[in-house]
Amino acid sequence: MSEFLQQLVNGITWGSVYALIALGYTMVYGILRLINFAHGDVYMLGAFIGLYASRWFHAGENPNPFKALLVLLTSMVLCALIGMVIERLAYKPVRKSPRLSALITAIGVSLLLENGGVLLFGASPRFFPQIVAQQNIPLGLGVTISNQQLIVIAVSFVLMLALRGLVLHTKVGKAMQAVSHNHMAAALMGISVDRIITFTFMIGSALAAAAGVLVALQTPKIEPYMGILPGLKAFVAAVLGGIGNIPGAVVGGLIMGIAEVMVTGYLSPTYRDAIAFVLLIVILLVKPAGIFGKAVAEKV
Amino acid sequence: MKRFLSLIAVLVALVALNVLLPRVTNPYHFQILMLIGINIVLAVSLNLVNGFTGQFSIGHAGFMAVGAYTSAMFTIKLGKPFAATLTLLPEPVAQGVALLMALVAGGLVAAGAGWLVGLPSLRLRGDYLAIVTLGFGEIIRVLLLNIEAIGGARGLSNIPTYANFFWVYGSVVVVVVVAVRLAHSTHGRALFAIRDDEVAAEALGVDTTKYKVLAFVLGAFFAGVAGGLFAHFLSYLNPSSFTFLKSIEVIAMVVLGGMGSITGSILAAVVLTLLPEVLRPVKDFRMVIYALMLIVLMITRPQGLLGTREWSLGGLFRRGGPAKGAA
Repeated sequence: MSEFLQQLVNGITWGSVYALIALGYTMVYGILRLINFAHGDVYMLGAFIGLYASRWFHAGENPNPFKALLVLLTSMVLCALIGMVIERLAYKPVRKSPRLSALITAIGVSLLLENGGVLLFGASPRFFPQIVAQQNIPLGLGVTISNQQLIVIAVSFVLMLALRGLVLHTKVGKAMQAVSHNHMAAALMGISVDRIITFTFMIGSALAAAAGVLVALQTPKIEPYMGILPGLKAFVAAVLGGIGNIPGAVVGGLIMGIAEVMVTGYLSPTYRDAIAFVLLIVILLVKPAGIFGKAVAEKV
Repeated sequence: MKRFLSLIAVLVALVALNVLLPRVTNPYHFQILMLIGINIVLAVSLNLVNGFTGQFSIGHAGFMAVGAYTSAMFTIKLGKPFAATLTLLPEPVAQGVALLMALVAGGLVAAGAGWLVGLPSLRLRGDYLAIVTLGFGEIIRVLLLNIEAIGGARGLSNIPTYANFFWVYGSVVVVVVVAVRLAHSTHGRALFAIRDDEVAAEALGVDTTKYKVLAFVLGAFFAGVAGGLFAHFLSYLNPSSFTFLKSIEVIAMVVLGGMGSITGSILAAVVLTLLPEVLRPVKDFRMVIYALMLIVLMITRPQGLLGTREWSLGGLFRRGGPAKGAA
């Protein structure tokens, strides 16, 4: 029992990271119907910017929470800018093209970021400094949680709540919802669609960057290709929850994280990468639009 | 009679080139030539699913892997001993017979997998279907990593190198002819109708279910054949050759060539196979330039190099492109 609970804690930690990345996928998809394959690589950039930021601020030498927060924020802000640049330079010109062309562009951006990363950071893994000293906190029943795990869960939770507040209760959030329903109608209501799309990319990229730094806290080995698989799985998580749906992305991410950790713990680590997709196929066969997705009736 | 003569002409040309080419080209160039052939088979086969039928499949590497491993195991267990019993035939012919059987076996098993993946397409559309095919590809890769009998993570080595120029480009000819004939047939028209408007196609009496599954099965069959050629050319297989990136590479060929354009797929397969090789001198910048070119090409020619048009090569596609007049 205690082992199961321990796995559950680990699963929720992983799941929150997937959820953060999945949010970016789902928001961009909701607004542009584009699978932004480069999103996983923005997560990678987030981790690397975090690495350099912790050097500038000397955050690794005498860890304190203030510096760690500074590292997180720097990474989020810079990645938001990168997200903006990617959207303006690569995605905006293909917005009116067939959707597959836009998808190939996204794949091109992904390859560019990965291989550009190899050029800039080197292909061999780098080590993220310990910007938070590790402590284990017993939770009872033989379950412990490290303070790093706690930070991952807490920060993700705060960011998700902030996003929820932004989307539901602010003007820009309402504009985002409007654009995701219908570009043309939103534009007629006086919403600058271009600006909202760029803003969505910035928010999504900032969340991915946060995920990158949070993961690097726990598993400090980072390399330019680290974003591919988590990116894919986070996308699967978004589809699982019903793509375009924000609570769906969170639930999908948590299911994915827990399922992976359970498979690693109870079956075999080698099947870890397959469980995400098995789960996906099973759920989509039962609910073709994902858990929270609404089946859209086809207009003839 | 005319058809028979052109068949003979193609066979003679293939045999002549098969003998000639390895003698006049250096091994590196020859290897690239062979990989171009294999990629053409892959690109045209994916075009049947993505370009012709408009079903968005991004797990093509999975079918290729199924075909590659099946045909390799077939040759190792059955084909090689069988070829050895054909003592009456000259060695290349005996090996060719064994290879042909292995390719068909690999293609059939891959087609079975295509059927399995095609089934959910009855329920799923667009991006959801895409992600299921992606999932299928990844599941196949993880399974291959975990099955010890076929080498697991170490890979499968010592596959007899039966695939020569004749078989690779023979397969190219077969897949292209099948695609062109399909495009001009009732069945092909049904596929285009599904691509252009599924609801309208259904209303006009096209059995959309049947044709979508057919496209998947046919595409998977030829992907399996390409996998078999790949196995018998390199003589070594590893699950890491069949990652998501491989599927992406093939999709890039189809989209870059122009959805539904067969000559476009061929052209793009040649360009995208050569590009990384041509860029080899710039070393570290190679993949960065490759990625940039992909983005720039998509921004400047979103409909692909050839769009839905066909290039006509000396009347090879006399009757014009299959997708002509399509939206």
